[in-house]
Amino acid sequence: MALLWLRFALACYFVGLIYAFVALARPSDLFSRIALHAVSVGMVFHFVSLTEVFLSGRFIWASVHDAESLLAFISMTFFMIAYAIYQTTSPGVVVFPIVFFLTFVAAVGQQPSAFASSAQKGWLIPVHIAFIFTGYAALLFSFGASLLYLVQERRLKSKNPSSLASFLPALEVIDQIGYRSLLLGFPFMTLGLLIGSFVAVTTYGRMDFLDPKILLSILMWAVYMVMVVTRWSSGWRGRRAAVLATCAFVAAIVAWAANYFSAVHRFAAS
Amino acid sequence: MRYQLIGVNHKSAPLDVRERLAIPESRLPDACRDLTAHPGIEEGMILSTCNRVELITHTTNGFADLREFLHHQFHLTAEELDSHLYEFRETEAVRHIFRVASSLDSMVVGEAQILGQVKEAYATARAIGAVRGQLDQLFTRAFAVAKRVRTETEVGSSSVSIASVAVELAKKIFGSLQGKNVFIVGAGKMSELAARHLMAHGCASIFVSNRTYDRAVGLAQKFNGQAIRFDDLYSTCDRADIVITSTGAPHAIFRREHGEQFLSRRKNKPMFFIDIAVPRDVSPEMAKLDGIFTYDIDDLQQAVTTHVADRHKEAERAEAIIASEVENFKARLEARQHTRDVVPLIVSLQDHLETIRQAEIDRVRGRLGHMTPDQEIAVEALTRGIINKVMHTPITTLKTAAKDSEVTTVIDVVRRLFNLQGKESGPASQANRHPSKEASNREAPNKAAEPRQ
Repeated sequence: MALLWLRFALACYFVGLIYAFVALARPSDLFSRIALHAVSVGMVFHFVSLTEVFLSGRFIWASVHDAESLLAFISMTFFMIAYAIYQTTSPGVVVFPIVFFLTFVAAVGQQPSAFASSAQKGWLIPVHIAFIFTGYAALLFSFGASLLYLVQERRLKSKNPSSLASFLPALEVIDQIGYRSLLLGFPFMTLGLLIGSFVAVTTYGRMDFLDPKILLSILMWAVYMVMVVTRWSSGWRGRRAAVLATCAFVAAIVAWAANYFSAVHRFAAS
Repeated sequence: MRYQLIGVNHKSAPLDVRERLAIPESRLPDACRDLTAHPGIEEGMILSTCNRVELITHTTNGFADLREFLHHQFHLTAEELDSHLYEFRETEAVRHIFRVASSLDSMVVGEAQILGQVKEAYATARAIGAVRGQLDQLFTRAFAVAKRVRTETEVGSSSVSIASVAVELAKKIFGSLQGKNVFIVGAGKMSELAARHLMAHGCASIFVSNRTYDRAVGLAQKFNGQAIRFDDLYSTCDRADIVITSTGAPHAIFRREHGEQFLSRRKNKPMFFIDIAVPRDVSPEMAKLDGIFTYDIDDLQQAVTTHVADRHKEAERAEAIIASEVENFKARLEARQHTRDVVPLIVSLQDHLETIRQAEIDRVRGRLGHMTPDQEIAVEALTRGIINKVMHTPITTLKTAAKDSEVTTVIDVVRRLFNLQGKESGPASQANRHPSKEASNREAPNKAAEPRQ
C-alpha cells in the first residue's frame, strides 16, 4: 500500500511539475493556487506512504527508494514552510521538478534495495540521515532561490515594463528565502556529517578519507561553508552566490551519487 | 427608464469652467435638495470632482430642464455654459454612469479614486433622501459593474505615473518599503514628488543633498529628514536604499567606482537609483554592477507609456462588459415595469370574479332557505375554491407574460375576455397620479394578486 500512496502523491506532484514548467513563461494566479492545492494533497499521500513504511517495521531509510521518498518529503515541507512565511509559490519552479523526480524514482522501484552498511542498526543512523536530508533540502532551497534571484535581477535590469508584472517575489524576499535556508541547513548538515563520521569510526575503527562518499561529502560541506561565510561576511548575492550555490548543489548530487561507489556507505542493490 | 444626466468633464470643459461649476462637499446636500426641488425631477444626485461636475436625475415624465437649473444655480449664461455641456438620457445615461464608476471616462483611465468619489456623492444624496428607488437601483448596479470591470480586466492594475512606477519598481527590489532609507540628490519638484510617494509607502527616513545647502535643508524639513552637504554625498549615500537624483550637473555624478564603494560598504545589499536628471546623473556603467538597479527618466516614461497602452487595451474589454451590463439593466427595469402593468389587471380580474361569486350566492340563497353557519362556510369554501382553481392558470400566465415583450398583447386579451375595460383602478395607476405614495402602494397589489384561499 505504501507504494500506492506514493504513486498518488506522484500524480499530485505532477501538477506541480507542470506548474514549474509554465510559471516563468505564463504566470497565472489560478494555476498557482491549483498547483499549491495539488502538492498539498500530494504531501498528505506522501506522509501516509512514509508512515506505512515506518509501521511496516522496515528500517525506514535503509532502502534507496525510501530515502529518496523521504528527501522529497522534507523538501516539500521546506517549500510549505517558505510558502507559509512568504506567501509565494515561486520556489516551486525549482523545488517541484526535483521533488517529482525523487518521488518518481521512489514510486517506480518495485524492490527497494536495502542499505548494506552494518552500521545501520541503532539510533544514530536515523538521526544522521534526518540531519543530512534536512541539510540537502535546505541546500536545494538555497540553490533554487539563487536561480530565481538571477532571473528576477535580470528582469529588473532589462528595464522591460513587463518585468513589473513578474510573478516572482521581490529580490530581497528571494534573497531572504535563500539565506535563511542556508543558515538553517548548515548546522544540520554539519551535525549530520559529524554523527556519520562518529558512526563510521565506531563501526570501522577509522575514517577512510579516500572513500568517494566521505571525500565528496567533505567537499560539499566545504562549499556549503564557503557559501555561509561569504554571505555572512560580504553579503554575496546574485551571480557569485548563484555560482557557489550551484557548486554546492552539484557537490551534494555527486555526494549522493557516491552511494553507488562507496565501500562504507552504499545501498546493497545499487 | 427616465434617467437624465447633464454635466461637464475634463474633455468637454476647460478648468476655469469646471471651477465655476464645482460644488464644495459642504454645500453638496443643499445643492442636491435644490436639484430635487426643481420641476420635473423625482430623484437627483450631484457628482462634483476636480475633473467633472454631473447632475444625475430620475425625472417624473421623461424630461427636466437641467440646463436651466445649472444656469440658475451657478449664475451662468447659456453662452458661457451650454457649449461645454453633454447630456444623456435613458440608456445612454445608464451607460455613462457605468463608465464613470468603472473609471473608463477618467482622465487617467482605470484610476481607482473616481469610484470612491461616486460612492461619496451617492451616500450624500441618499442621506438627504434625494436618491431613492430609481437612482438607488442605478447606482447599486453601477458599483457592481465597476467591481466586475476591475476584477475581470486589468484596467487599473498597472502604474501610470512616474512616481508610482518608481514605487512599484522599488517594491520589486525590496519587497516592503518599511524601514528603507531614501536619498534625494538635487532638490527638484519631481524628486520631491517621488520621495513623497515612497514615504507614503512606508520608507523610514530621508536624506537630502543639494549643491545649495539651504535648499537641501528646506526640503529635508518638509519630510522631517536630514540635510547632507554635497561634499559628503559619496560618504553617506550608501546609507540609502533608494536614491532619487535630479541635479543639473552636465555629467554623471554617480560612476561605477562610486557604485562599487557603496556596495562594498553595504555588504552588497541592493541599491535602487531613480535618475530623473537630463543629462543623466548616473553613469550607465553603474547598472552593470550586481546589486545596483538604475532607472532613468526614459525607462520610467517607457513603463508609464506601456502601462497606459495596456490600460487602453483593457478598457476595450471593459467597454464590452459595460455594454452587456447596460442591456441587462434595461431588461431588468422593463421586466419590473411589465410586472407593474400586470398587477392592476390581476386585482381587477379577482374583484370582477368576486363580485360575480357574491351575486350568485345571493341569488341562490333564497332557494336554499336557512343555512347553518357550517353550511355557510361550506358554500363559501366551495365557490371560492372553484374561482381559485379556474383563475390559477390565467394568473400564472399573466405573471409569466410580464417577463417578456408580449405582455401588452396578453393584457389586452384578458381585458377583452373578461370585459374589464375601464374597470382597473389598481395602485399602479394611483401611483402615477400620486408619485409620493407609490412605494407604500406597491406592496398592496402584490398581496391582493395572490389567489385567495
